[in-house]
Amino acid sequence: MNIFDILGPVMVGPSSSHTAGAARIGSMARTLLGEEPAEAKLHLYGSFAESGPGHGTDRALVAGLLGMKPDDLRIPNAFAEAEKAGLAYSFDVIDLRDAHPNTVVIDVTGRSGKTLQLQAASVGGGRIRVDAINGVEVNFTGEYNTLIIQNQDENGVVAAVTTILNQLRINVANMSLCRSKRGGKALMVIETDQHIKPHQVQFMADLEGILAVTYYDKEVEDDVSGFDESNL
Amino acid sequence: MSLDSMSQIFETMERKGIAFWEVVLADDMEERCATRAESIAKMLTVWRAMQDAADSYTGRSRSVSGLVGGDGLKMRQYSIRGQAMSGGYVSEVIAEALSMAESNACMRRIVAAPTAGACGVLPAVLLPLCKYEDLTQHQILEALYVASGIGAVIAYRSGISGAAGGCQAEIGTAAAMAAGALVALRDGTKEQIGHAVAMALKNLMGLACDPVAGLVEVPCVKRNVIGAVDAVSAADMALAGVESRIPVDEVIDAMGEVGRRLPVELRETALGGLAATPTGREVKKRLNQIV
Repeated sequence: MNIFDILGPVMVGPSSSHTAGAARIGSMARTLLGEEPAEAKLHLYGSFAESGPGHGTDRALVAGLLGMKPDDLRIPNAFAEAEKAGLAYSFDVIDLRDAHPNTVVIDVTGRSGKTLQLQAASVGGGRIRVDAINGVEVNFTGEYNTLIIQNQDENGVVAAVTTILNQLRINVANMSLCRSKRGGKALMVIETDQHIKPHQVQFMADLEGILAVTYYDKEVEDDVSGFDESNL
Repeated sequence: MSLDSMSQIFETMERKGIAFWEVVLADDMEERCATRAESIAKMLTVWRAMQDAADSYTGRSRSVSGLVGGDGLKMRQYSIRGQAMSGGYVSEVIAEALSMAESNACMRRIVAAPTAGACGVLPAVLLPLCKYEDLTQHQILEALYVASGIGAVIAYRSGISGAAGGCQAEIGTAAAMAAGALVALRDGTKEQIGHAVAMALKNLMGLACDPVAGLVEVPCVKRNVIGAVDAVSAADMALAGVESRIPVDEVIDAMGEVGRRLPVELRETALGGLAATPTGREVKKRLNQIV
């Protein structure tokens, strides 16, 4: 938490967890899908289902799927924007075990037919946590640049990835690794301090044993290069 | 992290011979690996967002539930007619607190300070003051650093969410931030900032979070008013030389303890207080039929 979590975020109301966090989750689903979404089924849990509509949670989730940030003034009109953009959406209520009260599971299909399932929670102050991707448990927040790597569970794959990160002078902040079964598919989540360029992501995707790589860039700061304190 | 107690901020001020706001600025630069210009420019975007939110609101919006909207305008008109008992500045503070909190409920763009539900308190005391006193933008940004530093200390020691600590943790914290900002704008001493924060928090201690139908509307919008007026009175008392008998960090800790002891029905669950009144339940029932 920093002082701009106290004075901020700048956001469309009424609730940082029900509205701003919901928009961030939608936006995360869009990024991880990696293409324009065509259809989304949103399954709401707990407080998201209880008091969601009154907080604009439904509209904020759809807004995020359309690529809007939490301060986008179009959030209240997200349903109309979805129609314009050709995004079909539906909501229902889901029962989950041991999930955070503000949780949503999103099944999203892209224009090319690519699919993704995301489970994420809005954990307060507009901050979010991704809990599962395609049914595999993960744990990351989007507050760092994040690499999500699907790989074959075999010797040396993790070493290959971290060696490349080392050569690129990219520092690993947090890292987790989970596999479905020995020799099966595994999911690596790596949060980094530095930005990773698209061609560097592609390079990793082409490594042997790597099945897919998705990269999430943390929200960029405003450009302040022209700022001069003496003008205040 | 140097923002874990008010006394530590005071100590850093003395040791380095710098102002309160500069301690917070230095902490932000370290925490986010930002330059001085980057940090101050970001604070300026926060201030501009507050100004935009106020300037662009006609006062005629209604929330999704229909429970909220229009009261800020009523208060502003009453204030302009010169009828307010609370006089010029304070009556405008009330009008701005209502307007900003209404804006939030009506899905307009606001700045969470420290939460969206309490977004009206800090801008309500600062925006009208710009009309009454000759303040530079730099002074306002310094006051915002002071406010955010105070909020960071309270967040670290006690928490700032209604779910964890009740309304006292949201509106109470916002009031403490605003009180400290006002004292800083009047060049008060660090001791006066501390007393203002302590008094603002003490005066709202124990306040329940009991939103009708779970929405950030009733009583949240009007609670922003009491937070803003609490801040003005605490700042004025501190500047007059009135002192809190309990040191500020102990008050913050006590607020956290009171919050933990609040029953869960009074912590944002909409199961107690105003939410559980016959009318509160009726509203929830009616809304369930709409949405």
